[in-house]
Amino acid sequence: MNLQAVKAIYIYEMSRFFRTLMQSFISPVISTSLYFVVFGTAIASRIQEVEGVSYGAFIVPGLIMLSVMTQATSNASFGIYFPKFIGTIYELLSAPISFFEVVLGYVGAAATKAFIIGAIILATAFLFVDLEIQYPLAMLAFLVMTCLSFSLLGFIIGIWAQNFEQLQLIPLIVITPLVFLGGSFYSVSMLPPIWQTITLFNPVVYLISGFRWSFFGHADVSLGMSLGAIGVFTLACMGIIWWIFKTGYRIRQ
Amino acid sequence: MAILNVQNVTKTYDSGFQALKGVSLDIEEGEILALLGPNGAGKTTLISTICGITSMSDGAITVGGHDIQSDYRAARSLIGLVPQEISLEPFETVENTVRFSRGLFGKSPNPELIDQILDQLSLLDKKKSRIMTLSGGMKRRVLIAKALSHEPRVLFLDEPTAGVDVELRKDMWETVAQLKADGVTIILTTHYIEEAEAIADRIGVINQGQILLVEDKDKLMQRLGEKQLIVELAEPAAVIPPALKKYNLSLNDAGTQLTYSYDTKGERTGITTLLNDLQAAGLSMSDLNTQQSSLEDIFVGMVKETV
Ligand SMILES: Nc1ncnc2c1ncn2[C@@H]1O[C@H](COP(=O)(O)OP(=O)(O)OP(=O)(O)O)[C@@H](O)[C@H]1O
Ligand SMILES: [Mg+2]
Repeated sequence: MNLQAVKAIYIYEMSRFFRTLMQSFISPVISTSLYFVVFGTAIASRIQEVEGVSYGAFIVPGLIMLSVMTQATSNASFGIYFPKFIGTIYELLSAPISFFEVVLGYVGAAATKAFIIGAIILATAFLFVDLEIQYPLAMLAFLVMTCLSFSLLGFIIGIWAQNFEQLQLIPLIVITPLVFLGGSFYSVSMLPPIWQTITLFNPVVYLISGFRWSFFGHADVSLGMSLGAIGVFTLACMGIIWWIFKTGYRIRQ
Repeated sequence: MAILNVQNVTKTYDSGFQALKGVSLDIEEGEILALLGPNGAGKTTLISTICGITSMSDGAITVGGHDIQSDYRAARSLIGLVPQEISLEPFETVENTVRFSRGLFGKSPNPELIDQILDQLSLLDKKKSRIMTLSGGMKRRVLIAKALSHEPRVLFLDEPTAGVDVELRKDMWETVAQLKADGVTIILTTHYIEEAEAIADRIGVINQGQILLVEDKDKLMQRLGEKQLIVELAEPAAVIPPALKKYNLSLNDAGTQLTYSYDTKGERTGITTLLNDLQAAGLSMSDLNTQQSSLEDIFVGMVKETV
């Protein structure tokens, strides 16, 4: 195991993040504040409580998930796409490192960034609403798992993408809709029965439900289902990455 | 044992194009091999295959006795690569990018060594600069610094002096000589024949995915060396006298210079009889000198033959 290399990749990627510190921090803070203003204030005047929680607090887990999922995906996809784009990937390919170590470095860094952003949003949320986290450890665990699994997904997208349009495509047409329709801003039980059934095919529902459970102790789907879903999703991403590296798909000609 | 052994390597790209058609090559530890060949000959493909950037279709390669596929960690940690294309992250600083390379190759940080390498490449004062603020020649040296940062035993330089000014090129040659003195084996590609002539121990010529020859530079010069005898005439001649036809002489426009080509390795050079015959034809000479054909002539000749 070439730990030096994992460390080198990790530090290098994190330094890119800290170089653009203001952008990295400010944009999630601003967009979260906007969500609070729009949803928390405007809508909360009509929906006072969902499942015994004030609407403003109810949307916090969903907001964090929304940002964490999109940030993890875009950070990880950009992280590996960029060296392909500017040609510095030659160094990764010619270095004495295994693909596992490459993934560890890039996905580790992307997940860390997403985690930091998630934490910032949570901190911002405390400014707007009264919030109590019932199961803090479970909350952390869900957050970490989401950061990791969506960074894995991002890594796959970054390898697959052959131009910047493709890089944006999946997050735009798959992830954002799934997250918005995944119960970020409402409880699944608020939907008409037919939509409740359809929603259950959206994997994001399980993640948000589990995450929200760790805050309020109430879930749309069972906790076991949530854990199962995130586990299956992570395994699927790992499987695809394993295949990519075995075949050299879009990396090694 | 050769430090680099390439056996019957073929490479067919996904497009179906066969860029390497059975290349075999042995490189001894500590030597400098210059690989010459026209655009598209397969030089970069060969280097990329050895370094693990492209996969080979068939054949086997070992570096320091380690197979590059089954024992890639050991093989690759011996190799440094300076690619043909300048690929660097523009916003990163020189120092960070060089450090990154060292880490990637599994070496623990060594700031003194990195300073020393940057100094050797006249980049020390640019240590904290961002890559995008450097000139093209400086960027190329950053690539070299990256490759040297992990102390390779075998160094590949893919056209290290392309787009580099004369002075810098001489500096680069000195760096190469210094590396050789440190025991590093160097394989470089170039389009400048004088470069190969100036720094290589052996010269390989590749064209259309095949190695045409690999030979000691001096032997190559000798084996294929053609010499010219240039005769300065005391008085201009209008034509070459018919009696001298068999020598295939050429006369310059001013009629003051006769050139005779001969093979230094031939049984007889024909110089003695030529000089006698010149005198008999009534031509008086004011000066004589000889010229050796450059590697360039040899090279151009060989590539033409294969086309
Ligand atoms: N990725 C690729 N896919 C298909 N063909 C390729 C690819 N890369 C290179 N080739 C082809 O392989 C041949 C050899 O290319 P290579 O880059 O090895 O040449 P070279 O000797 O380095 O040339 P130059 O002196 O111009 O750098 C060329 O005909 C090129 O078009
Ligand atoms: Mg080339």
